[in-house]
Amino acid sequence: MAGGSDTPPPVPEPADGQSPRIGVDEWVASVEGRRDRGKGVVGYVRGEFARVPRPAFYLAFGIAAAFLPAVTNNGYAIRVGFNTLLYMLLALGLNIVVGYAGLLDLGYVAFYGFGAYGYAMLASPKFGIHWDTLAVIPVVVIATAALGFLVALPSRRLVGDYLAIVTLFFGQLFVSVYTNGERMSFLGLTRSYDVTGGPNGIPNVDNFNAFGHQVSSLQAYFYVALVMFLVVLGAVYLVERSRTGRAWMSLREDPLAAELMGMPVNRLKLIAFAAGAAIAGLTGTVFAALNTAVFSADFDVPTLIIIYAILILGGAGTLGGVILGALVVNVSLEVLRTPGHATWIFYTLIVATLVAKLRPWRWLAAVAAGTIGFGFAVHAIVAATWAAGVDGQPAVGGILGSGLRHWVVLPASPRTIGNVAFIGLIFAVLLLTTLQGWVRKLVLIPTLYLTAFVWENRLVVEPSITRLILIGVILIVLMNARPQGLLGSQRVEIV
Amino acid sequence: MNWNLFLTELVSGVTHGSVYALIALGYSMVYGVLKLLNFAHGDIYMVGSYIGFGLITVFGGAQTLSTSVWVLLPLMFICAMLGGGLLGVLIERFAYRRLRNAPRIAPLITALGVSFFLENAALLVLGAQYQSYNSFSWKGGELWREGLMLPAGVHLAVAQIVVVVGAVVLMVFLTLFVQRTQLGKAMRATSFDREAAAMMGIDVDRVIVATFFIGSALAGAAGVFNGLAYQQVWPYMGFQAGLYAFIAAVVGGIGNLPGAVVGGLVIGLAQSLSIGYISSTFSDAIVFAVLIAVMIVRPSGLLGRAAVQKV
Repeated sequence: MAGGSDTPPPVPEPADGQSPRIGVDEWVASVEGRRDRGKGVVGYVRGEFARVPRPAFYLAFGIAAAFLPAVTNNGYAIRVGFNTLLYMLLALGLNIVVGYAGLLDLGYVAFYGFGAYGYAMLASPKFGIHWDTLAVIPVVVIATAALGFLVALPSRRLVGDYLAIVTLFFGQLFVSVYTNGERMSFLGLTRSYDVTGGPNGIPNVDNFNAFGHQVSSLQAYFYVALVMFLVVLGAVYLVERSRTGRAWMSLREDPLAAELMGMPVNRLKLIAFAAGAAIAGLTGTVFAALNTAVFSADFDVPTLIIIYAILILGGAGTLGGVILGALVVNVSLEVLRTPGHATWIFYTLIVATLVAKLRPWRWLAAVAAGTIGFGFAVHAIVAATWAAGVDGQPAVGGILGSGLRHWVVLPASPRTIGNVAFIGLIFAVLLLTTLQGWVRKLVLIPTLYLTAFVWENRLVVEPSITRLILIGVILIVLMNARPQGLLGSQRVEIV
Repeated sequence: MNWNLFLTELVSGVTHGSVYALIALGYSMVYGVLKLLNFAHGDIYMVGSYIGFGLITVFGGAQTLSTSVWVLLPLMFICAMLGGGLLGVLIERFAYRRLRNAPRIAPLITALGVSFFLENAALLVLGAQYQSYNSFSWKGGELWREGLMLPAGVHLAVAQIVVVVGAVVLMVFLTLFVQRTQLGKAMRATSFDREAAAMMGIDVDRVIVATFFIGSALAGAAGVFNGLAYQQVWPYMGFQAGLYAFIAAVVGGIGNLPGAVVGGLVIGLAQSLSIGYISSTFSDAIVFAVLIAVMIVRPSGLLGRAAVQKV
């Protein structure tokens, strides 16, 4: 079955009565499903898992998330949770355009920004308008959907790459207009008006308020975002199964075939764009309300790339993937900001990857022993020849830290040598991908050590840059190794 | 009519346009053979620019150059072109090659990832601060003091002449290469129809590597040109320039080499003239609007052939 949807593999129909169906060998027909599941306990668990209906998972996620503000009072943790929910919402919208309909929309953040600015203009002292939230949200969502419709209108003739180009420039145009919007005049004919506040954005945006109640605490916003997410998720789940959803997927698989089958291809594209844009606009309103200010810089390419990374990592076209992708990308990258935690996660990830990928076991043992021995040897040599080379302190304390101090070379001034090592590491990893067999394992040992060296001396010190570098790497590696993402199923391209 | 303003913006537009045209050529070549929008192309230009800057530093910095300008300039070009070309080949080999037959969306997203990676790796290694070629103070301002006097008191400096003439020379070489050599013919054949070319015995892999090398080398050279004429280098410079070159390639008709040059000049002039005559803050918006208008009216670009799309 072609298609990245997360429907469970079709269970072969039970043969009615006792007579086996003619022309169908059920054992053969179901072999792929069984092969995917694997054998033994793992296979059994995965089989049972696949039987649970999808909405149960979404509900379980919703309940688990609802407990977050209850278990922690930590404002930072709730804030991260809130941001993750926003990214999930954004990824849901993008999922419709890219995941279902297969249209590469690189101007998606513009709709997010449009929603945020729309809310800020209708509920702030900027123009003295203070509408009720229940009025603002429908207006903004409909306006964003209309904008999406307008962008798609000329784009529907453009296929593939050209669509990507036009939407990318639409996004750039948007950022440019909002950044310079403090002196706008209509074609230079009228006098200048301050529409967007330019680089200063729009400050003092109102809180959400409805029926005389204000949403003011972070916890409350978290719940607002959670409810929004679950409602949108439910809607998208239903749409996925509807005629429109299935038509989108057929459009993604083969537009020509879809059109020949009588699908209204152009209308489907327009609806997909408008629906994605509407969700982005909705997300923008919550974003603006919690942050009480909007700036054009929040709606530029880096945000776009993070949303894409989330969607791709989870698997475009799957709803569970959106949740998983946002959790992995946003939470893990947020954790990276604390050097102590980041270091633990970093080494755990490396060890886990090695354990999962390196077989047979004796190779794993050999590489692990080799890396540890190599590290101590290098450390001893450096300590003997260059005293300042081992003066630094690792970013993590405790047992890991004291172990690392005797293993990784930590120069007192690591900047330059760390940069050189970083470039060296890129080449080492590239080299590694071209090698095979035992040579590969041999090169793996110094590469692992170099990775630790670069991490301790350079990456952990610059968390905000490391975050962005990692997102770039995720996109490249994932597209090359597993283009369907974590939860997607392999698609077969028929050319 | 204010001739001084017009000529100044004209000179600036042609200089900018030459840089855009060089980058756009690489975009177009890669698109021609692979049908891939190589978003990382602008970042190769950034790396080329930094290579040039590195050489200035090696030779004692802008204020106290230890060598003649006419030794340094060719050296900068050779290094930036080699460095850019090799970087392009590496990117092709490790990021794009496995995706040749993947769905179209996969290489596009990979290209975004490569671009993001290069920008931020440069940020990590080279720092966020702006650096300057400071070509005004090379050997007492040799490059900017001399030059031609145009009418209406407009001064055309040696640096600007170097940029425009250098770009033209590279374009002539490229045209000769593509039209006359065997590899150039193979390139055209591959871009016309990759499968048929492979069946005719053309080593498509070799052609693709050569395309990436040449295209990226041009971007590297463009980086140095930009540094000479406009001084500044910083890690995110590639994104903006990449966008403009990209517009140039698309406006001229992507995959079409003369189109890329025309597109580069059109975009350079549109940008300069809109800065001079309409509004400096909205020049970006104006250029983007021009692009969107061209795309809607003539989706295949000014000089492009109309592509036959089935849907």
